[in-house]
Amino acid sequence: MSFDLEQATVLLQNEFPQDILDIKEYRNETTLLIKKDQIHRFCKHLKDNLDFTFLADLTAVDYLEVKLPRYEVVYHIHRFGPDCEENIRIRLKAELTDDNPKIDSVASIWSSADWLEREVYDMFGIEFTGHPDLRRILMPEDYGPFPLRKDFDVRNREASKESFEKALEDGRD
Amino acid sequence: MERVEFISEDQSVIHEDGTRTETMMLNMGPQHPATHGVLRIVLHLDGEMVVKAVPYIGYLHRGIEKLCEHITYQQCLPYTDRMDYIASICNNIGYILAVEKLLGIEEEIPQRAKTAEVILFELGRIESHLVGIGTNALDLGAMSAFLYCFKERERIYDILETVCGARLTTSYPRVGGLPLDLPDNFEEVVRNFLKIFPKTLTEVENLLTRNKIWIERTKGVAVISAKDAIDLGLTGPALRGSGVPYDVRKATPYLGYENYDFEVPVANEGDAYSRYLCRMEEMHQSLKIIQQAIDNLPDGPFIADLPDIVLPEKELTYTKMESLIRHFVIVYEGFKPPAGEIQHAVENPKGELSYYLISDGSGKPYRMRVRGPSFVNMQALSKMVEGSLVADVIAAIGSLDIVLGEIDR
Repeated sequence: MSFDLEQATVLLQNEFPQDILDIKEYRNETTLLIKKDQIHRFCKHLKDNLDFTFLADLTAVDYLEVKLPRYEVVYHIHRFGPDCEENIRIRLKAELTDDNPKIDSVASIWSSADWLEREVYDMFGIEFTGHPDLRRILMPEDYGPFPLRKDFDVRNREASKESFEKALEDGRD
Repeated sequence: MERVEFISEDQSVIHEDGTRTETMMLNMGPQHPATHGVLRIVLHLDGEMVVKAVPYIGYLHRGIEKLCEHITYQQCLPYTDRMDYIASICNNIGYILAVEKLLGIEEEIPQRAKTAEVILFELGRIESHLVGIGTNALDLGAMSAFLYCFKERERIYDILETVCGARLTTSYPRVGGLPLDLPDNFEEVVRNFLKIFPKTLTEVENLLTRNKIWIERTKGVAVISAKDAIDLGLTGPALRGSGVPYDVRKATPYLGYENYDFEVPVANEGDAYSRYLCRMEEMHQSLKIIQQAIDNLPDGPFIADLPDIVLPEKELTYTKMESLIRHFVIVYEGFKPPAGEIQHAVENPKGELSYYLISDGSGKPYRMRVRGPSFVNMQALSKMVEGSLVADVIAAIGSLDIVLGEIDR
């Protein structure tokens, strides 16, 4: 008995009629738009009942001046199937508004989300509630702005300068 | 910022006989020869045992994802070299395939280009595994295996040099196929490599596989179970070393990998030695793939006939007005994929490398996300080394085979 993604999405739709806002199919990839506050429950369901054990990627996109709500958090979730022969991947999305960029962490479901969520926080300033250790990961720890936001000023070096000078000062005493 | 204190009071333990012991904090890196780049690990030690290991990354962060939002799709290609610079050709091909999927032109790519890309991809895999095994052995004191590995790596660099003129940062294929036809002696140099390389591979195997010191330093070290490996998102030899036969080449074939006869090596122990065995066997399988590809390398066109995407021939650019204009438009504005988003994964030597591209219909990517295998694999380090000896941290880092250029991007 093989797993049928189309059938599964229909079943999911019946099970979560309020929470799946949209289903898209593009170049053989299925994208589900999930209600933001249901993401944890939905992911847990996918992992526990549908065997999507592998979180392939977690990232975010900033749609400033393109659409509202501004942010999208994107999950790529993978199902190996028995003997790694099925390999079905779906994409989940959740939309976040500019004034409240917060979403539930999925690090308790997939441990790999730990660093991936930290990276999204580092680059977009999106907060993951319930994350065990939400710190900056790539940028300096006291860096101010969030570089992958579309309104990040690439020519402004002040923030880097400030954190560099602070590091120098910290090193002195 | 929180200051790092080197003796932390809160970790002190009072034993039954009244003695008080404290854990010591040891800072390893960022400048450390065994961290394969600029990786810093803060180790909390109880004697020689690691209680806690916290990696700090980002020393090599260049913001490639941001940079790529401001340049055309073709201009992004050189940036992908500089992520996993050990196997830059694999990053290049992975990126090109992602853009081709975004454009929806996979069917148009000529077979000659695809077969050549398979050969180069597998050469990149061998190159990366040679460095991975060589440096892992070097870190653990086996100097000679390293020298054998690097000698062979030079041969692969020579092949890459004949194909694209560059050795390390290849920036080689183009969207649509190969920029120029393969050099006349390509078949000869690849066949030559296929003849010479298995001998060296056997030599390296003889030096390590049954070497008592190597086995004792790697067997049972940095163990990760299959369940944890999936949970932590490990891919590549790190996942297959734990017994999960996931390989993107088999799972979602690209470049016609479904037509090649090869196996996905799996080892079940989940330790550093298993990962080494997987890499060794993968090199044998890569040789098998290259042999099949070079035997079936077809003649014919090497780049797709897509005037909107592919640059016109140089000769036409210099002699015909229309071609010059077309060249100018493609270089300045870039080709424009339809609005949409795709994710494309390839099996990089170190694991699954996937590009998530979003197009808004302009000539520049709206967002390019790179899911690098090293970044995700690196998370497993803490779990692997906690409870083991300091010296095993080196073995763990080497056996994960990370590249900091790709972790930090």
